Amino acid sequence: MFDALTDRLGGIFDGLTGRGALSEKDVTAALREIRVALLEADVALPVVKDFISKVKERAVGEEVIRSVKPGQQVIKIVHDGLVDMLGGPDAETRLRVDNPPSVIMMAGLQGSGKTTTTGKIAKRLADRDKKKVLLASLDVRRPAAMEQLAILADQAGENVKSLPIVEGQMPAEITRRALQAAKLGGYDILFLDTAGRTSIDEQMMAEASEIAKIAEPKETLLVADALTGQDAVETARRFHERLPLTGLVLTRMDGDSRGGAALSMRAVTGLPIKFLGTGEKLDGLDAFDAKRLAGRILGQGDIVSLVEKA
Amino acid sequence: SKSSSKLGASLTGAFNKRKLDDDALEELEDLLITSDMGARVAAKITSNLAKTRFDKDVTDQEIKEALAEEIEAIMAPREQVVDFSDGPTPRVVLFVGVNGSGKTTTIGKIASKLKEQGAKAVLVAGDTFRAAAIEQLTVWGERAGIPVMSKPTGADAAGLVYEAIEKAKADNLDLVLVDTAGRLQNKAELMSELAKIVRVARKLDPEAPHDVILVLDATVGQNALSQVEAFRHTAEVSGIVMTKLDGTAKGGVLVAIAEAHDLPIHFVGVGEKAEDLQPFSAAAFAKALVGMDEKEPA
Ligand SMILES: Nc1nc2c(ncn2[C@@H]2O[C@H](COP(=O)(O)OP(=O)(O)OP(=O)(O)O)[C@@H](O)[C@H]2O)c(=O)[nH]1
Ligand SMILES: Nc1nc2c(ncn2[C@@H]2O[C@H](COP(=O)(O)OP(=O)(O)OP(=O)(O)O)[C@@H](O)[C@H]2O)c(=O)[nH]1
Ligand SMILES: [Mg+2]
Ligand SMILES: [Mg+2]
Repeated sequence: MFDALTDRLGGIFDGLTGRGALSEKDVTAALREIRVALLEADVALPVVKDFISKVKERAVGEEVIRSVKPGQQVIKIVHDGLVDMLGGPDAETRLRVDNPPSVIMMAGLQGSGKTTTTGKIAKRLADRDKKKVLLASLDVRRPAAMEQLAILADQAGENVKSLPIVEGQMPAEITRRALQAAKLGGYDILFLDTAGRTSIDEQMMAEASEIAKIAEPKETLLVADALTGQDAVETARRFHERLPLTGLVLTRMDGDSRGGAALSMRAVTGLPIKFLGTGEKLDGLDAFDAKRLAGRILGQGDIVSLVEKA
Repeated sequence: SKSSSKLGASLTGAFNKRKLDDDALEELEDLLITSDMGARVAAKITSNLAKTRFDKDVTDQEIKEALAEEIEAIMAPREQVVDFSDGPTPRVVLFVGVNGSGKTTTIGKIASKLKEQGAKAVLVAGDTFRAAAIEQLTVWGERAGIPVMSKPTGADAAGLVYEAIEKAKADNLDLVLVDTAGRLQNKAELMSELAKIVRVARKLDPEAPHDVILVLDATVGQNALSQVEAFRHTAEVSGIVMTKLDGTAKGGVLVAIAEAHDLPIHFVGVGEKAEDLQPFSAAAFAKALVGMDEKEPA
């Protein structure tokens, strides 16, 4: 796929005439290929369209730098545009977790990676920032969801504990019990891991928003799968409407998807991407880096090889 | 309505009485892309439509019907319900796929159905890696009233599968449903573990596993194509189940898969409960994708 893009761009750029300034014709031809590349990377169409028109504005009329070909220059402008859209090179990814006990709520579709990510971030906060962390599962639906979180708490080390499981309690009740336990136990941070839900399940969305009202989380993270396709915009928009989201986490970045969903979700919500999940184990978590992700969405190989060809 | 697709709503907005000219076709192609079917298939379907309707006045309803017809035509050859209660004994069925796609839940749902049909089956907790994967399958086994075979976390999955098939033969069971750990298809080591499970099963029965079901999540984008290729290559996938069609995603990438792969699609998952599994219907899928019906018929 990357090679195909390189070839396509290569062909187009060989024919580019722009000297002096990038012409509209040159830019349009190049951006048509970029559009296809972004769609193949699963960036949602409305986001692609918006992005392309912004980049076009920026590129047309730009003075051509003598040392590079106009095609490379367009790529550079596209790349910088992606970095900007993803939050800039110095995107703020720290969690707001002063004021103990700070609540961090995790939400998202079924199977997106909430429980695993809870364990990962908890371990990170315990190891790096010496925080005392309590994990509470509000998932009363998925079989063994609570056991799963308890096992992860054990794996995360001695500064991470899980709330004892009490059969038959509803999520709102568990939330109150967890808040109480976090205060009494002198915890710095309380994670609320919620059950997976589709964004159109009214009852479940109402439940999530009730939990947020009770717990007043400092951070509410939407956990989404990096393999997600065009639906990323719909999911992000609907969760953003119902919950006080403060950030995004994209899991399964260790896969071979281009990760366009990250751009889509960032674009519709304006929320910062805080972390990327990069494995099944608890150490598989990276702080977000806009430049790296932009390179991946675009196919970094292309840029590098184009520059090398020059 | 609740289950009406995003594509359906957009089509209604864009094609309420309109001439199907070049502009309209371009817009249509774009809308199809938003369903995850991919740029190439979207272009193909659009050009098929243009053959008979170019420059004619169309309504959104006509467009939807025509699209559904095109999509159904692509999907119909893949519609193939599978009856696990039939065939060789024990019939060994392996469930594979990337992390979190819905493998364990789908096994639970199928197990519940089989119990109703009176099949003698065993569930095998072949995910010996993920936290509480064994407990999760055990709950499903209890719900269905079907025993679960497991080993402690960290045990060799292939060894467990071997023992399970051996026991199923000895006990004259009809079915062995094997859960496996989720794995991303680009992870060579994990994929070779899966290959080992298949190899070991064949030692006891050269025909086993008789079915290898790839479980795909409806929210997935173009990466699904690479999932199909990799799992076919490693484990000779024999059929597909698509889960989570009860959400906003309508699984459009399945159209691209149906175009490229001669692989039957058996079931769709439409919820988290035991009864939320339906036989795949090309017509119902196509209609839901273009937003033609309120609810998918069972
Ligand atoms: N490869 C990989 N797998 C991941 C990552 N994050 C989570 N997973 C896996 O994805 C699967 C689902 O993860 P969970 O944490 O159970 O997801 P969840 O959102 O809590 O699921 P529900 O509670 O059922 O909605 C598991 O197999 C995890 O091991 C990641 O970054 N990379
Ligand atoms: N809404 C909906 N949720 C589903 C469906 N099928 C599975 N799920 C949910 O998706 C989540 C993941 O399902 P699992 O069955 O654990 O997926 P898995 O493939 O076994 O996951 P790993 O073993 O971690 O790789 C759970 O919360 C399930 O309840 C479905 O058809 N619809
Ligand atoms: Mg969970
Ligand atoms: Mg599983």
